[in-house]
Amino acid sequence: MSNLAELKVGEALKEIQLDPVDRITLIKYAGASGDYNPIHTIDEEAKKAGLPGIIAHGMWTMGNLAKLFTEFYEEGFIQDYTIRFKGMVFLNDVVTLQAELAEENENILTFKVRAVNQNGNEVIMGDVLYHRYAS
Amino acid sequence: MFKEHIGKQSNKVKNIVERGAVKKFAESIGDLHPIFIDEETGKNSRYNRNIAPPTFPRVFDYGTIQGLNLPNKGLIHGEQTYHYERPLLVGEEITCYSVIKNYFEKKGTQGEMGFLVLESFGEDEMGKVVFTSTQTVIITEAVRKVLIG
Repeated sequence: MSNLAELKVGEALKEIQLDPVDRITLIKYAGASGDYNPIHTIDEEAKKAGLPGIIAHGMWTMGNLAKLFTEFYEEGFIQDYTIRFKGMVFLNDVVTLQAELAEENENILTFKVRAVNQNGNEVIMGDVLYHRYAS
Repeated sequence: MFKEHIGKQSNKVKNIVERGAVKKFAESIGDLHPIFIDEETGKNSRYNRNIAPPTFPRVFDYGTIQGLNLPNKGLIHGEQTYHYERPLLVGEEITCYSVIKNYFEKKGTQGEMGFLVLESFGEDEMGKVVFTSTQTVIITEAVRKVLIG
């Protein structure tokens, strides 16, 4: 386990590359989150909605991205998490999660966070304000 | 067509940050960290118990806003924010509700798009707000036509 204290502005957390997106993963997220919109799980419904195939829930990608910070919960917590959904994630896409420390202001660390697909396109992007405990 | 709903609030609903639900959720986002699921790790942590992932509030029931009929198809999730005073603790009761914060329309590449901003709140057993979230939903012209028609 590393700690955030040593991280300098401009440096990144260790990125995580997810396994290719498969249907069972999205079915599990639908069940766990209660979001049963069928464009995320059923091909015909996705096609009816004008999509080439099923797409991941934006919130699935957002949920994944937050795990870059999970190992630091003893030092602080995610105070603010802001995301813009920019692109769709399709089956078999390979998503990489990234966070770079942009600013350090007393006990608040501001990270630029994003998830990119195998073509290098951002699918979600935003900020994490990580609140570091005083002691 | 949604403008008249600005300011409307849902009924409040009590939710439990349920251990099994947290585990299932953590697994679904590939984040089965012991701080979320292992009791011993939780006990020995600064929280003295397990916590939930930051996007877990997706699971909660926020009640119903009278008169707001959103289709369950054809909506685009544009933006999402969470603000926390502290992490959610496994086992605690959180009272949730939503307010329609804003609605506006903009010309986009797919015609006139509607932007609905929902703000949601989660309060602990003392009535203190633990988290707020905002969700911006984009309603495409095609869907708006169906709703009006």
